[in-house]
Amino acid sequence: MKKIVKLLVVLTGVCVVAGLILSFVNEATTDARAYQDRLEMLNALNMVLPEHDNEPDKDIIEISGVSYYVSRLKGSINSIAFITLTEKGYGGRIKIIVGVKPYGEIIGIGILQQKETPGLGSKIADAWFGDQYKGKTLANAKWLVKKDGGDFDQISGATISPRAVTSAVKDGLEKFAVNKTEILGGTDVSQ
Amino acid sequence: MSVSKEFTKGIWKENPVFVLVLGMCPVLAVTTSAQNGFGMGLAATFVLLCSNIVVSLIRSIVPDRVRIPTYIVIIASFVTVVDLVMSGYFRSLHHSLGLFIPLIVVNCIILGRAEAFASKNSIFLSISDALGMGAGFTLALVLLGSIRELFGNGTILGYPIFGGGFEPVLVMILPPGAFLTLGLLTGLFSAFEKRKR
Repeated sequence: MKKIVKLLVVLTGVCVVAGLILSFVNEATTDARAYQDRLEMLNALNMVLPEHDNEPDKDIIEISGVSYYVSRLKGSINSIAFITLTEKGYGGRIKIIVGVKPYGEIIGIGILQQKETPGLGSKIADAWFGDQYKGKTLANAKWLVKKDGGDFDQISGATISPRAVTSAVKDGLEKFAVNKTEILGGTDVSQ
Repeated sequence: MSVSKEFTKGIWKENPVFVLVLGMCPVLAVTTSAQNGFGMGLAATFVLLCSNIVVSLIRSIVPDRVRIPTYIVIIASFVTVVDLVMSGYFRSLHHSLGLFIPLIVVNCIILGRAEAFASKNSIFLSISDALGMGAGFTLALVLLGSIRELFGNGTILGYPIFGGGFEPVLVMILPPGAFLTLGLLTGLFSAFEKRKR
C-alpha cells in the first residue's frame, strides 16, 4: 500500500511541476510567437503588395472563409492580397499568397508553404516561376500548364507541382472575381 | 570514471549515431543541409542535458516502477520548451525542422541516456555524459548534412563550393541519399576503429 502511495505521489508531483514550468514558458513566449507570426504575415504580404500606408494584416475583409487583406494608399484601395490553398501538390498542401490589383490583375504570388520534392517540385518557390504569373488576369491567360495546353511553364521532372499552383491561383482569382464588389465596397474598379 | 572520459566517449567510442546507431529518425530526415543538422543537434543536446540533470537529481526518489513515465514526462516537457522558444525566436529554423522538434521526445538517445546513465550516476558525470553524447550527435548530423548539402546542392551552409559547371546530385538530398551517406560513414567509422585495434 505504502509503495503505491509513493508511486502516485512521485508521478503526480513530477507532472504538476512539469505543467507549471510549461505554462510559465508558454506565457513567457506568447508575445514573441505572436510577433513572429505577424512578421511572417507582413513579409508574405509585402512580397505581393505594392506600396501602402495602412496595415494590411489588420485590414481584413472575410468572405465565405477567405480573408482578403486590403492594401490602401492615402485611403483608397490599391490592391488586395489573399491566400489560396491546394491539396493537389506532390507532397500535399501548397499555400500561396496572391496580390491583385482591384480589377483582378496579378501583382505577384508567393509560396508560403509547400512540401514538394527538393530540387524538383520545390522550384515552384523560385522567383522565375512565380514571376510568370505577374500581370495575368483570368481573361488574358490560359490557366493551365503548357503540357496541358495552357500558358504556364511546367518544371521538367515535376508537372504536378506547377499544375497544382496554377489551378490554385486560378481558383483564388475566380473567388476574388465573385466577391470583388463586396470587397471594394463601391470603389471605382476601372483601370 | 572521470568527467572528461564521459565526455569524449560520446564523441568517438560510443558515438550515438555511428556506433550506438540510435535516434536514426531525425538523423536521416533532417540532414538535408548542414544548418538543419546543426540546429537539430543543438536542440537534442539541450533536451539531453536538461533531462540528464533532472533525472540524475531525482534518481533516489523515483520508484523503479514509474521511472519510465517519469522520464518521459521530463523529456516531453523540455522538448515543449525548446519547441516554444524556437517558434518564438528562431522561426526559420523552426520551420525547416518542423515535425522533428516534437519528435525529439521519442529520440532513443535521450531516454537511453536517462535510463542507462543519468539514473545511476551523479549529476556531474551526467552533465558530462549529456554534453559528450550531444556533441557526438551534433557532429554526426553536421557531417552528414554537409556531405549531403555539398553533393546534393553544391553548397555548404548555403555558400556555393563548386564553380558554375557543377550539376547537383539530386539523390543526395532525397531520402535515399540519407541512407547512402549514413551507410558509408558508419562503414568508414568502424573500418577506422578496426584498424586502430
